[in-house]
Amino acid sequence: MRINRLSKTLLWAVSAVVLSFIYVPILVVVANSFSTSSTLTWPPPGFTTEWWTRALTNEGALAAISTSIIVALASTAIALLLGTVLSFALQRFEFFGKSTVNLLVVLPIALPGIVTGIALNNAFKTIMGVQLGWATIIVAHATFCVVTVFNNVFARLKRVGTSLDEASSDLGAGIWTTFRLVTFPQIRSALFAGGLLSFALSFDEIIVTTFTAGSGVQTLPIFILDNMFRPNQAPIVAVIAVVMILIAIVPIYIAQRLTTSDQR
Amino acid sequence: MASTPAIRLRGLTKKFGPVTAVDGVDLDIAAGEFFSMLGPSGSGKTTVLRMIAGFEAPTSGHVELFGKDVTGDAPFDRDVNTVFQDYALFPHMSVIDNVAYGLRVRGVNAKDRLAQAEDALALVRLEGYGERNPSQLSGGQRQRVALARALVVEPKVLLLDEPLGALDLKLREQMQVELKDIQRRLGITFIFVTHDQEEALTLSDRIAVFNEGGIVQLGTAEEIYRNPQTPFVANFVGTSAVFTADEAKSILGSKGACSVRPEHIDIVRGKAPAGTITAKGIVFDTIFLGASTRVIVDLDGDKRVAVLEQNDLSRTPSHRGDTVTVAIHPQFLSPLS
Repeated sequence: MRINRLSKTLLWAVSAVVLSFIYVPILVVVANSFSTSSTLTWPPPGFTTEWWTRALTNEGALAAISTSIIVALASTAIALLLGTVLSFALQRFEFFGKSTVNLLVVLPIALPGIVTGIALNNAFKTIMGVQLGWATIIVAHATFCVVTVFNNVFARLKRVGTSLDEASSDLGAGIWTTFRLVTFPQIRSALFAGGLLSFALSFDEIIVTTFTAGSGVQTLPIFILDNMFRPNQAPIVAVIAVVMILIAIVPIYIAQRLTTSDQR
Repeated sequence: MASTPAIRLRGLTKKFGPVTAVDGVDLDIAAGEFFSMLGPSGSGKTTVLRMIAGFEAPTSGHVELFGKDVTGDAPFDRDVNTVFQDYALFPHMSVIDNVAYGLRVRGVNAKDRLAQAEDALALVRLEGYGERNPSQLSGGQRQRVALARALVVEPKVLLLDEPLGALDLKLREQMQVELKDIQRRLGITFIFVTHDQEEALTLSDRIAVFNEGGIVQLGTAEEIYRNPQTPFVANFVGTSAVFTADEAKSILGSKGACSVRPEHIDIVRGKAPAGTITAKGIVFDTIFLGASTRVIVDLDGDKRVAVLEQNDLSRTPSHRGDTVTVAIHPQFLSPLS
């Protein structure tokens, strides 16, 4: 499409403003993590790597990082398994109540986190009588992680169709051989993309986590929230925020690259 | 049929919900036959093929393969292979791996299966294409790979689902010749599904014409072309002028419903040959086709027929509005049931 000079300049300007609005505050956080001031002031009065050293030797912070990574890995593993099985069931088979099940599977991603959080908290504590902790966070995260894997694999299965599977079985391959040699290679990148998104979702989740973590386990977002307003902790929080940005950006970037390269 | 047929279908029926896609098909296909299932889309021919391959389970009836009932068998337990309409080549495998796939899942070792796959590629004249990716091939080449992949496992019966549908005319004609040649050389049974009547007439030993879930006529190409038994066949396989019993009586003075091919109607100037049935009419239009001209004539009694005239030197061209006499030899009137 051809557009004139003025419109072009305007569009550039609007895009620049919107993107700055998103990214400048993030850059400020990065700058603050190297600031000599112990509160989040602007402009930073001087440069230091003290906070980085302190943060990276802070036991609470390190424990929170590893908790978050373990929770994200575990809930992603559950999501990959259940999401794949669900998408096969809903894409390849006909059964009574199929569209209802489909809606119920996708719904958790649209539900407000606070609703999911309260509901799960209630279910774990009063109905099932389970102690809140690792397992409850992982299960809670898996409820929405399943959806991202499901959506990716479901769409892929729909696009790939059944003719390759039929060709494989026609040529003498049993069900498992067909899955291993034909179906799985076709959905591998969708699984990878879904898994990365699921990891990223779990990694920065805070609302549902607040309701399902109990007092013993602290994920990274909860650690940040707790320490944000404590005296002299602000720069350490900034350091951790930068670490989180790095951990979250990489999978999203890879996932996006994968999806676009598949769509060619 | 004296020997056991390659395929025997009995009372084969398939319902999708309230829709009956295939309605009680009985059919015997002999070993080594090039058999076509011809019909418009939705006539049930592809569903019959998919039930022979094992992709669809029949609602009732059964499928026998060389005398053995395979109705309940999975596709991978049947000695038939399919060439799919969309080729269904595995996009993540090279051409040679695609062709060798059937051998690989049968546990043939790498060296033997690659050698056999090379032979199969040679059979479809694609030597040296093994290392390429399916996406790097043209439609016609993909078609050949699909054929080689199905043939490499030496099936007793090869099912072809509109295999030439996506190719352009020239390539299609070339592939028809090659398919026929391969079928003759290997001597295996080919079951060919198509909606293209010309393709079916060209290739087949026998043709089953499908309509609305059932076989409406079964016979050799010549039988079906010369003696279509229903108005549907008369106009689906080639074109015909179809006369109902009443029209035949009033216009042709003959008994019973019948059909006649355009090339068997003549426009006569002067005296009609002895023994022919004649009728008068007015030329409605003429369509020049190169070697011949199609003349549309409105016969007295409100019946429009097409006449195919060869464009040789002796012909006087017809024009719109001419009053003409048409003549038909009675032996070319094919009675309809």
